[in-house]
Parts: sequence; C-alpha cells; structure tokens
Amino acid sequence: MENHFEAGIEELRQKLLVMASHAEKSVNEAVQALMQRDHDLALRVKADDDIIDQFEVEIDEMAILLLTKAPLATNLRLVTVAMKISQNLERIGDEATKIAKRARDLSQEPPVKIALDLPHMANLALAMVKDALDAFVHRDAAAARALIPRDKEVDALNKLAHHQLAEYMMANPETIARCLHWIVAAKSLERIADHAKNIAEEVVYLCDAQDIRHTLKN
Amino acid sequence: MAEILTPKLAPPEASASAATAMTGVPLIEIEDVSLYYGAARALKNISLKLEEKVVTAFIGPSGCGKSTLLRCLNRMNDLIDNVRIDGAIKIGGHNIYDGNVDVIELRKRVGMVFQKSNPFPKSIYENVAYGLRLHGVKNKSDLDARIEESLSASALWDEVKDRLHSSALGLSGGQQQRLCIARAIAIKPEIILMDEPASALDPIATARIEDLILDLKKEFTIVIVTHNMQQAARISDQTAFFYIGELVEFGATRKIFTNPAQKRTEDYVSGRFG
Repeated sequence: MENHFEAGIEELRQKLLVMASHAEKSVNEAVQALMQRDHDLALRVKADDDIIDQFEVEIDEMAILLLTKAPLATNLRLVTVAMKISQNLERIGDEATKIAKRARDLSQEPPVKIALDLPHMANLALAMVKDALDAFVHRDAAAARALIPRDKEVDALNKLAHHQLAEYMMANPETIARCLHWIVAAKSLERIADHAKNIAEEVVYLCDAQDIRHTLKN
Repeated sequence: MAEILTPKLAPPEASASAATAMTGVPLIEIEDVSLYYGAARALKNISLKLEEKVVTAFIGPSGCGKSTLLRCLNRMNDLIDNVRIDGAIKIGGHNIYDGNVDVIELRKRVGMVFQKSNPFPKSIYENVAYGLRLHGVKNKSDLDARIEESLSASALWDEVKDRLHSSALGLSGGQQQRLCIARAIAIKPEIILMDEPASALDPIATARIEDLILDLKKEFTIVIVTHNMQQAARISDQTAFFYIGELVEFGATRKIFTNPAQKRTEDYVSGRFG
C-alpha cells in the first residue's frame, strides 16, 4: 500500500528543487546579461520571474494541504522549512529580475570604465545559493553552517563596490545614472547571498531542529 | 484477585536517573515498574516522574502498555486476575502499593475517566452526587454547591442546569463524557487519569474535552492515554512514548513532536508504524 503522505512530502521536495533550479538559472543569466551587456538575455530573465512566483504559490498550496494532515517531527520541519525556502527562492528570483532590469538599461548605454569586482561577488553569491541548496538536498547541517560566514565576504565586496562607485560618480558626474544601476546590481547580489544564508539556516533547523537565526551577528 | 508483591524500591541512583521531562517536584514517581499478566511481561522496568499540575500524554501503538501503566496509577489492575507488579509507584512520596494503602482512598485521590462514557443510569444530579455521598457529603446545600461547582468546572453547567434531574443517558456522547469528568472532579482528586477520553467523540465534542483538560490542569495533574498524536500535541506538556512494554522516550511534548531523540519515536509520530 502506498504511503500517500510520504509521497506528498516527496512531491513537495521535488517541486522545491525544480523551483531552486529556476532561481539559480535566473541569477546566473542575470549576472551574465549584466557582464556581457546582453539585452535579450536580460529581457528573458525578467519574463521568467513569473515562473518562479508561480512556484512559490504552488509550493505554499502543497505545504498547506500537507499541514492539514498534521505532520510531526521531521515531516513537520520539512513542510515549514519548504515554505520558508520557497519564499527565499522567490526573493532570489526578484533580485535576479532587478539585476536583469539594470542589465537591460546598461546595455543601451556606453559602458562605465571602472574596475569593479562584481563577477567575483556574483560567483560568491551564486556558490552560496548552490551550496545552501546542496545542503538541503543532502540534509547536511554541517555544510549549511559552514557557508553562513561567507555572507560577510559578499557584504564586504558590496561595500567596496559602493565606495568605488561613489568615488567614481563624484569624479565623473555624467556617469551617475549608469553608476546607480551598478550600485543596485551589487546590492542585489548582496541580498542574494543573504537569502542563501537564510536557506542555510533553515537547513540547520530541518536537520538539527535548532533555530540559529539571529544568533550570530552577521 | 491481583497479586501485589511487596514493591522493591529502586536504589537512590536509579531513582535519580528516572526520566523527568520538566524541572519541578514530581507528584507521581514510577520506579522500575514491571507488570506481568501471568507469565507475560506487559511493562518492562518503567521509571518516570510526573509533575504536579501538568498534562502528561502516554502514546504508543496498541498493546504497548500505556493503558496498563495508566491503570497502575490508581491500582485498577488489582481488579484483574493473575496480575503481578514489581517496583514502586509513589504519589506524594508514598508508595501506593504498600500493604497499608486504602485503595478506596487512593481512587479518591486519583480519579479516572474512560474511553467510553459510563454515566450511571440515574439523573445528571445523582451521577455527580453519588461519589460525594460516598465520601460523606450528605447535606443538601453542600451537595448542591459541589454539584454546581463540578458541572461548571467541566463546562457542562450551562447546558444542564435546567434539567439536573433528567436522565444522564439523555445527554449527547460529549456531554456524557463531560459529566463523567464532573463526577471525577467532584470528590476533588489530585490526579485525573484519562484513557482515550475523546476517541468516540466528534471533532466539536473533542475540542470541548480538550479545552476542558487545559482548564482542569490549573487544579489537577492529568495523565492521558491517547492514540491521537495531534491531541497529545495540543493538550499535553509532557509526552511519554511506549513500545512493547518499554518506555522509549519521555520529554517535553514540543520536543517529542518536533525533534524526538529516538528513531522509534520519530517513526511512530510520523505514522510509519503503529
């Protein structure tokens, strides 16, 4: 006899992983569009955000249905964590969209001649998202805990970029509009790393039933 | 008749290591209790400390011994032939299996509500008055006051105050169960044992019983056997999980239902067996 509840839990988990792959793809492509000044790719990323939003709605529906069956212990943690991870993924999708919009606008303007280390920052943020999701798939609390401090590195890079861009704008006022796009894009990468950290904290709760949110001054 | 052996008191170090879920002083101390039906051992070296004015849920699959242990707490198993109990159960520090214990007095201190409501085929008033008279309350005004108090405390007064002398058998299943609770609390026990008190009731009547249990714990210590995990999660402070006569895990209900320490507990509360 099939365990229908366990099947529902597995379906939820699979749906979350498909959503995660969409969110990861959006961030990758948004960064690519920004760096390569790819107008068409930026437009596609923006259009794909609706898909990620729809996943969030569907995952909530599935989770609420499962909660009506009153899961307990690991299953209870999984359902509540799935809802929180999907919310973070949806916001990662939103940040990708913000980057894509800036990429779209910047691709129509002359490039700004400034050596920003945004690709490195993007790589760090993307690796955090990937590692957080891997930790979820493998139920690996140690890996989730290990990636949390990496958020500080992304924060520092964002501050540095912000500082560099502010100085550049003062020296080159005609670039202010374009530089503001870059500031927003860098901030979005920093937020993506924040969401990856949030997902990692949820994975720790899923695995160890320990709520580590707000316990470290990150 | 049940054969009650002189209990062997656990040594102090064993007693200290008995499972305790909370930090207060225990009212009920179950010490190394084993119970046999003839040669069959139904409970295996159970040690457990239950605190005053908390709700403790006993959970586990059918035949795990949870009802058997519940019935040990007011010596209901004395009524079963060929039962032997080793170990000690102390209430307020006194072993209830000591030879000089008055079992009638014990059952006054430790009341019981059963799965199936079992009102006497008498009026609502007489159902509650019966135990009070048995324990010496004869004066009509005293009886009236205690009956109103008990029916109010069991959230039944408003529904029955105009028909106190009608038959209790005319009440709904949920009302009958609340009448049984009123009957149990009328004689002011310290402890109320409940053996699946809502399993035969609809969701509305069940919710009323659960609310009542949460109200009653302000005054009474409650031990409840339930097969309903969500009910245990809703109403209990502590939960003990039993499996084939063994106490597998005992702890705060929140911990048992969100992060049990034992795999067998996790599997049971997740519905993977039982």
